[in-house]
Amino acid sequence: MKYLELTVGAALVYNFVLSRFLGICPFLGVSKRLDTALGMSGAVIFVMTLASGATALVYRYLLRFTAGGAIYDLGFLQILLFILIIAALVQLIEIVLQKSSPKLYQALGIYLPLITTNCAVLGAATINAQSGRSVLDATIFGCFSGVGFALALLLFASLREKLELASPPKAMEGTPIALVTAGILAMAFSGFAGLC
Amino acid sequence: MMLCAVDPGQVLMAVALMTGAGLLLGAVIGLVARLFRVEGDSRVDLVTELLPGANCGGCGKAGCRDFAKSVVAGENPPGKCPVSTREQASAIALALGVEVGEVVPKKAVVRCSGTLFTSDRVAYYSGILKCSSAMLVGGGPKVCRYGCLGMGDCARKCPFGAIEIVNNLAVVHEELCVGCGSCAAVCPRGVIAIVPAASAVHVYCNSPEKGAEKRKVCRSACLGCGKCVRKDPEKFELTASLARVKYSAPEVPDAAEVEAVGCPTGALTTIGAHYQAIRKGGTEK
Repeated sequence: MKYLELTVGAALVYNFVLSRFLGICPFLGVSKRLDTALGMSGAVIFVMTLASGATALVYRYLLRFTAGGAIYDLGFLQILLFILIIAALVQLIEIVLQKSSPKLYQALGIYLPLITTNCAVLGAATINAQSGRSVLDATIFGCFSGVGFALALLLFASLREKLELASPPKAMEGTPIALVTAGILAMAFSGFAGLC
Repeated sequence: MMLCAVDPGQVLMAVALMTGAGLLLGAVIGLVARLFRVEGDSRVDLVTELLPGANCGGCGKAGCRDFAKSVVAGENPPGKCPVSTREQASAIALALGVEVGEVVPKKAVVRCSGTLFTSDRVAYYSGILKCSSAMLVGGGPKVCRYGCLGMGDCARKCPFGAIEIVNNLAVVHEELCVGCGSCAAVCPRGVIAIVPAASAVHVYCNSPEKGAEKRKVCRSACLGCGKCVRKDPEKFELTASLARVKYSAPEVPDAAEVEAVGCPTGALTTIGAHYQAIRKGGTEK
């Protein structure tokens, strides 16, 4: 049951974009074409998985510890430290990818810096911290949250490509009609509520 | 009760943790960056800086950085960028110590003068306002199978905003056009040609059909009468009832030449006169 919540729950029921409303910026920004959406989705899944694992590790062993008989609770540093770690992690991934896998770097490269301060990644980290998940659970949750994000982004991108051919009223062209579409998509996803 | 219950040990620990984390991550990134350093060519950055940055794809590469890479690798001369001025291309050539390469400035020309008023339509088209969509419905509303559909696929594609739709006909503003060719690539009818910018005179017709056939459906088509070719065979040519300016000829015709020829339908005209005529609804002789 726990794993159902961590997988299906993260990807569909509590979808990051469509029911938590996190990561709306890339959701609107890179969804104009399906191939850019694919690149972004890959990068988000990649970073979210690693970032969730890393932040859970830090949260468990660095923010709450006992030293010399005194208990230190540094939970208030959570956001500050998480941002620092995510940014450093993305930077590291970028450097390593550039050297070890230029092909992957070409595909994900331009999207990686975009994710550095993405609220969806930070959101996954803080939600993990709030629920006090173990490192493994947090990593699974991060991965499937990324999958959920990718699903929403790809669905939206293919809708927008179709939308290009429609002729809405002048005032609704572009972003307005995209936002209305996103709203309807979110309503459709609310049908998953109560699944787990 | 103390208002501000802060444990000094906790504050100290927080400061230590953040400083430690910052220093550690910084050191790790620095170390990894050194270990995994990729020897990039600094000249690519330099050339990218010197290019116009329009990312139009007119050179045949995927954007300016890609073109810069090929220039540094010696695959392309700097002059191949259609947007760069001669000075910009020379600056790049100077920086790299290579030849500028041939720079022939090009412009796009929409070879059609059949406006809403001078050319006939088969039917009233009320579908999606895109040339590509209109083409799917029996080849478009125009009777002429070769003319401009005027729904602006090219105008939307142009990265420089150089194409205007006037009276249902696309017209290129040559002062804005850089000749990148993105418009010609999207035009479903292939009406747009990329020609050397030196010529200010064009034949605004694209139909190879017989003169009489064209005349029935369009009052501003080239009739293929050959008046211009007889006047100056050096500068004009006639293929299948369609006159063309010889762009490859050493000398291209000018406004005075157009005057002297006196094209019976006004299909042969200067860029400026064409635009004025289209604004008024089109030439109809």
